Amino acid sequence: MVASLSDARLVARCREGDEAAWSELVNRFSRYVYAIIGQGFGLRAENAEDVFQEVFARAYQHLGRLREDEAIRPWIAQLTRRLCIDQLRSGSREQLSDEELEPAEVDETLDKLEEALAVHEALAELPEHCQEILDRFFARDESYQTIGAALDIPAGTIASRISRCLAKLRELFEGRKPTTEPS
Amino acid sequence: MTPNGHYDEERLAELLRALPPAPEGWVRAAQELPRVRRELDDIVERAVADAEFRKALIADLEAALRSEGYEPDAIPLDELRKRISDK
Repeated sequence: MVASLSDARLVARCREGDEAAWSELVNRFSRYVYAIIGQGFGLRAENAEDVFQEVFARAYQHLGRLREDEAIRPWIAQLTRRLCIDQLRSGSREQLSDEELEPAEVDETLDKLEEALAVHEALAELPEHCQEILDRFFARDESYQTIGAALDIPAGTIASRISRCLAKLRELFEGRKPTTEPS
Repeated sequence: MTPNGHYDEERLAELLRALPPAPEGWVRAAQELPRVRRELDDIVERAVADAEFRKALIADLEAALRSEGYEPDAIPLDELRKRISDK
């Protein structure tokens, strides 16, 4: 199953023309690219979508240029950063340098997003019910009511489930074995 | 990671919030790139081999694509125009 492949294996499969692998690669990095565009560079609406599509179009076209397959992550981040700067430059009337175009705290934001991607990957190792509830509550910003209806669980139990799953994620992320299975 | 090497749950929650899903349509469009590239190559190849088809594409790209069963919205038209004119 392609979802369980390492970044390097996934890239190798994409290069061999495996379309399921490409689909997984987009799935794996879509949130990261979207966050760099929105949170790192503040691009909105049409401009953001143009950059998002261009990142994956260039990644698809130039995967062969990647020197080491496991370097896909920083390569995608750098490509996104480059295309965001180009987008900002095309909308600017003045001739500005890359440094002048980049938001002041972009490096900090990108570091945080890289860390967030690692947490997101750890999330994938949790039991499915934990992945679902944490992703819905934190990443998708869904209410207890919406989550309860979608997962068919009482809304009153959601806070405690989130707390248990978050504790499990913390244990997992810090490399410790979980002691109890959250309900 | 915090200076003492630990993540508290508040920090983990903040990091989970930092990666909301991209719009589904954007993701789907990016996932369909291989099919779109194949279609693009196919159209260009046909335009090279078939002078009438090429003429129709140059005259009215979208209409010519539709009449041949392609969906113009799913094709990068600027790139197609460029590739046809380069041939």
